Formats: sequence, C-alpha cells, structure tokens
Amino acid sequence: MKGTIDVVINGEPRLVAPGVTLLELLRELALDPRAVVVEHNRQIVRRPALGDVRVAPGDAIELVHFVGGG
Amino acid sequence: MTAFIIGGRTFKSRLMVGTGKYPDNETMVRAIEASGAEIVTVAVRRVDLDRSKDTSVLHHLDPKRFFLLANTAGCYTATDAIRYARLGREAGFNDFVKLEVIGDEETLLPDVQGLLEAAKVLVKEGFKVLAYTNEDLVTALRLEDAGCAAVMPLASPIGSGLGLLNPFSVRTIKRRLRVPVVVDAGVGTASDACVTMEQGVDGILMNTAIAAARDPVAMARAMRLAIEAGRAAFLAGRMPRREVAFPSSPTEGMLD
Repeated sequence: MKGTIDVVINGEPRLVAPGVTLLELLRELALDPRAVVVEHNRQIVRRPALGDVRVAPGDAIELVHFVGGG
Repeated sequence: MTAFIIGGRTFKSRLMVGTGKYPDNETMVRAIEASGAEIVTVAVRRVDLDRSKDTSVLHHLDPKRFFLLANTAGCYTATDAIRYARLGREAGFNDFVKLEVIGDEETLLPDVQGLLEAAKVLVKEGFKVLAYTNEDLVTALRLEDAGCAAVMPLASPIGSGLGLLNPFSVRTIKRRLRVPVVVDAGVGTASDACVTMEQGVDGILMNTAIAAARDPVAMARAMRLAIEAGRAAFLAGRMPRREVAFPSSPTEGMLD
C-alpha cells in the first residue's frame, strides 16, 4: 500500500503511516499509554518519550501489560 | 502476627498470592481479599490488540491497595528474564521482581545458572530480586551473596499441589540465610501451608492451591488461617518427637 510502512507489532506484521510516533500508534490502537509499556526495537521507551519516537520501516514494537500470573 | 521485611518494605501478611488461573476476575478479587495477602504477583505479557480492555489485571486490582510483584514466569534464559523484569518495572509501581528462570518444560524446575546470572544483573540495576529457586542450600547461599532481597525455594513443582517434599532442605536454607526465605510453589492445601510455615520460613507464595480449589474464596481464607497457625506453632516451639508413648495422665493414684 502506498503511504504506509511495514512494522511488526506484538509479533504481527502491520501497516502504519510513515513518521507516526509511538504515542500516535497507541492512540490508533485505542490503548491507554499509562496502561501499556512500549518496547521499540528491544529498547524500553518511557512514557514521556513516546511522543518523540517515530516509527521506521521494519521496526519491531512490543506492547505489554500485566496479566494474571503466579 | 509479627511483621516481616523484604527489600526494606514491611508487610503484615506472610501469605503472597498469584493472580493466574482463576475461573473469573470477580472470584480472583474476592479470593485475594479473603487471603489477606498484600503482595500479589502478576505476569508481563503482550497486550491482546483485538481485546485489550479486559485482559489487564489492573482493571481488577487496585495497585494502591495491593503490592504488585511482577514475575518473569515463562522465561527460559537469563536474557529473557532480565528483559521481562525491566518491562515489569516500567509497567509497575515498584522495583521488586519475582525472578524465575525455568530450565525444564515438564517440571518447570529452575535453571539455577541462568537464575544467578540474571539475579546479579538485576541487583546491579537496583531491582529487589525475589528469586524462585529449588530447595538447594548452596544455590540459596549464592543467591543471597548475589544480593537477592529474598530467596524462594519451592515446596514442590509449580502447580503440582504436592506439598512440602523436603522439609529438611527448606529448614536448612532458612537456618543458614539472613535474607527472608519465602516458599514459592507446590502448596496444595491448608495443611501443606501450615507444615511449611512450621519450618520457620518467613512466608509462602501460592497461586494454584487457591485458584484451582473448588471454592477459591473459602480456600483463600483457609490458607490465611493455616499461615497464621503454622507461624504461631513455629514460634511456640513444638514438643520433642518420641518413639515411645508417654502417658498424659498420672501413673500414680490408680485403684488397686
């Protein structure tokens, strides 16, 4: 598709707008930035920096949170 | 009940509970409340991008009320466990981590080499590491030397419900370590919890014994009582064991 780039989010290939920030990406996915931790190419991106980091083609993004566990 | 301290924080309850495998979230919350536990473990996992709204455990547990202890369950290497610990700290509300490095899929027994390696790195990064380990004294001593805030030997394999298989080893670990010893995994029912506390350990972490009981809320209450009873019995000091009977009533004053 024209005007999009390929990234991998939580192991799934996705198409996103070029130059989108991680914060915009979370909004697009309807995720609350306070409830999710973002790992961008294996680096944790802290909440205040989410709006500064732009997504590039081929990036691997992990979005994690707390679930039930022992 | 006397308070106990882990990583510089004081806790009243010696029972810590997991949040996995409950039939539903409402039962989980009621069971945790009935258990009286303050420390509650959680796992770090990918957000389900299709239905993220109800999978987060934070929708059900107030982090102001409970001390959320992130685990590294499911990690098979030190590298993975370190990665999960860092994510957990970022997601969480404290720098505590329940460190698990699993070495075998069938038994879920720990990889003690990976565990030590990960513990050293995380302690350096300022984590309060609570290390899930087997009931081996030397490993427990090494974990303490590495700076772990608590050492957590298993009673028996995770989710097995087999109870305390090696009271001698757990007692030895407790006797030799200065950091708190919290038995993690294997407790099946209240008597297991009681016997484990009677060894003198500082606390117990359990999940399946409560979550998989027919009535998890009732079992949570039973566990709270068992932990208190076991601790009280340990402090009271049990009578010596004898191989022969010894009458409780006077042998004098019997009729002819």
